Amino acid sequence: MLETVLGLYNYWIVILLMMAGFYTVIARGNLAKKIIGLNIFQTSVFLLYISMGYVEGGTAPIVDPDGADLYTNPLPSVLILTAIVVGVATTALGLALVVRIRESYGTLEEDEILEIEDRRDGEA
Amino acid sequence: MEHIIDIVLMAFMAVAAIVMIRLRSLFAVVMLSGIFSLLSASLFVVLDAVDVAFTEAAVGAGISTVLMLSTLALTFRDERPPRRRDPVPLVVVLVTGAALVYGTLDMPHFGDPDAPIHHHVAPRYIVDSPVEVGPPNMVTSVLASYRGYDTLGETTVIFTAGIGVMVLLAGSWRRRRRPASGRTPGGTETRS
Repeated sequence: MLETVLGLYNYWIVILLMMAGFYTVIARGNLAKKIIGLNIFQTSVFLLYISMGYVEGGTAPIVDPDGADLYTNPLPSVLILTAIVVGVATTALGLALVVRIRESYGTLEEDEILEIEDRRDGEA
Repeated sequence: MEHIIDIVLMAFMAVAAIVMIRLRSLFAVVMLSGIFSLLSASLFVVLDAVDVAFTEAAVGAGISTVLMLSTLALTFRDERPPRRRDPVPLVVVLVTGAALVYGTLDMPHFGDPDAPIHHHVAPRYIVDSPVEVGPPNMVTSVLASYRGYDTLGETTVIFTAGIGVMVLLAGSWRRRRRPASGRTPGGTETRS
């Protein structure tokens, strides 16, 4: 029982973080907050991959001249390196959209933006 | 020892994430998200993914925080309290979380060297990459050589996102420079 809990602890915290991010995205009306939620979600995925790549008793995947033979899996690290950089690029794009929406509507709250939209549709 | 550090850092991250949901001051949330990134970078060091750790520390904790702070400077510092509480998102999140936890039950345990993930292409990278590619750091070899097209795709995404940001913001700079546009340009408005 304890072994199962310790063995799966990382994955459970990852799921908790993932759901925290997901909740922020779907429940909060503020667009800036939604992007922060998306960031939490992203970080949880990074942690999931890196946790799966970890090997008990291994070392970092850099060749050891003294002949260590157990290395942590290098593949998740590579995938996540790419994901981190792409994640920042998408965050930047999202934040630029937030700034642009604030300029056009004067608010970042989802429901207020929808009201303004409805009003504009009514006038047209 | 590594396990204890891992458990403690993971617990810190969970607390930081939950506080971030509850706080309404966006400035505090951005600061916490910097701390959150730094905690995850420390965790990556503990989990032997050193390349990921310094990328996360530089890009996640550094650049993201700067981007978010500049967004807050151009928009609002605070989030408006909700008009009504909707129970649906919480239910959706709880059900999804429960399904995911159920999915982890037959996963290989943390740190298990016999997990299937360690028996596919990883042994080849570990054994052959120092000879076939050269650098002692296997992550570098895989990133630049075996999965070089991934990296090319990554630069394409960054390039596209950069152009998108420039197009979105260039229009607003032009509008702000034109003085008689009717609306007052956004100052340091804050709402409580």
